[in-house]
Amino acid sequence: MNANAQLFDYVLRLADNGLVLAQRLGEWVGKGPVLEEDIASTNVGLDLLGQARLWLAYAGEIEGREAPPGRTEDELAFLRDSGAFRNLLIVEQPNGHYGDTIARQFLFDQWHVLVLAELAGSRDARIAGIAAKAEKEARYHIERSTDWLVRLGDGTAESRARMQCAIDALWMYTGEMFAVDAAERALIDAGIAADVAALEGPWTAAVRSAFAEATLDVPADGWMQGARARGGKQGVHTEHLSRLLAEMQILPRSWPEARW
Amino acid sequence: MSDAAPVASGATPPPATETGPAPASVWRALASVVDPEIPFVSIVELGIVRGVERDRDGWTITLTPTYSGCPATRVIEEDVRAAVLAVTGAQARIVTALAPAWSTEWIAPEARRKLRDAGIAPPHPVGSAAASAPRTIAFHRAVPVRCPRCGSTRTRELARFGSTACKAQYRCADCLEPFDYFKPH
Repeated sequence: MNANAQLFDYVLRLADNGLVLAQRLGEWVGKGPVLEEDIASTNVGLDLLGQARLWLAYAGEIEGREAPPGRTEDELAFLRDSGAFRNLLIVEQPNGHYGDTIARQFLFDQWHVLVLAELAGSRDARIAGIAAKAEKEARYHIERSTDWLVRLGDGTAESRARMQCAIDALWMYTGEMFAVDAAERALIDAGIAADVAALEGPWTAAVRSAFAEATLDVPADGWMQGARARGGKQGVHTEHLSRLLAEMQILPRSWPEARW
Repeated sequence: MSDAAPVASGATPPPATETGPAPASVWRALASVVDPEIPFVSIVELGIVRGVERDRDGWTITLTPTYSGCPATRVIEEDVRAAVLAVTGAQARIVTALAPAWSTEWIAPEARRKLRDAGIAPPHPVGSAAASAPRTIAFHRAVPVRCPRCGSTRTRELARFGSTACKAQYRCADCLEPFDYFKPH
C-alpha cells in the first residue's frame, strides 16, 4: 500500500465505525424502552452518521487523488461489500437488549473520545478539523452511556446481572481498539493517525472507574481480538455485518441512481 | 472584499467595517434566513455564517454546521442561495468550514432572549461552573437551568436529548411544564 492508499484506508476505518454504529442505533427507532431513550439513541446515531459523512467525503477525495474523481460518500456507504468495510467488530455486534446496546455504546464512547482528542492534533488538517468537531459530540455521548451503565449496573439484581453479562460478552472485542497494524503505524509515525496503543491505559482507567461506580466487575483476562488476529480494521468481519449491510444498502442496490 | 465573521466571541453581526453597501446587504439577507428547527432565530444570530465574500462569479458564503448530523444543513444552504440570489441577482457558492467547530458561545445575546421567549432555556456559557458541574448522582446534575416559563431553578433533566440534536429535555418542579434546554456545546 502506498501512502495515499494507507490514508484512504485509515479514514475509512474512522468513517465505518460511525456509519455502522449509526445504523445499529437506528434499529431502535420506534421501539426504544422509553420514548426519551428512543430519541437519545437516534440522536447519538445522527451525530455518528454526520461524522461518518464527513469522513467518507474526505476518503473519496483521497481516493480521487490517484483515481479521479474518487467515490462519493453514497457510493462508499452503499456500494461496498462487507469485506471492504473497516469498522471495529464491536460496533457491528447486534443490539441485543438495551443493556447490550448500552454496553457496546459505553465501551465505544470511551475509546472514541480518546481517539478524537488525539486526532484533533493530527498533522492532516482535514482530519484534525473533523475530529475536533466530532469530539465535542462524543463527549456528550459518553455522559449518557455512562449514566445508563451505572443505572443498570448499580440497579436491581436482574439489571446488574444482565449488564455484567453484556460487558463480558463484548469485552474480547475491545482488544482490537488498541491494536496497531503496519499501515496504521506508518501514519502514526507521520503524525497523522492516533496512536491507539498509547490510549489503552487511559481507556482502561476510565472504564474501570465507571465499572466501580456501576458495581460491575472487570471481565477476567481471556482471548482478545487484537494484534495477532485480523479483524474489522482489515476487513475480516463477523457475520452480523453482512446482514446489517443487506438492510442498509438494499434501496440503492435495487434501484441504482434512485433520487430522494 | 472579504468579511470574516468574528470567531468565538458572542454575536456575529454584520461587521462594522463595511467598505461598500453590497456585503452589508448580503449580511442583511442572510439575517432573514432561519434555522428551520428554531425558526425564530436567524442563522447569523446562531453564529453559523462564518464569512461573506465577493468572488468573480458571485458570492462565497462560508457556513459551519452546528452538529455534524444536523438535518437542517441542506435546507439552510438552499435558503442561503435563494436569499443571496434575491438580493444580489448573483449565485452563491457555499463553503463548509468545520474548524473552528461551532460553539453555543457564538449565539448572539438577542437570540438567547428569543430562545427564552419561545420556551427554550438558553445554553449556559461553555466551561462555566453551571455547564460543567460534576454529576452528584447519575441523571441528577447540579446545573441550575432556569425554567423559561416561570423562572424557577427547581428544574431537572428528563433526558439528555430532546426534539433536536442541540437540545435536552427538562421539567420544572414549580410550574410542572416540560421544556427544552439548548445544550452548551
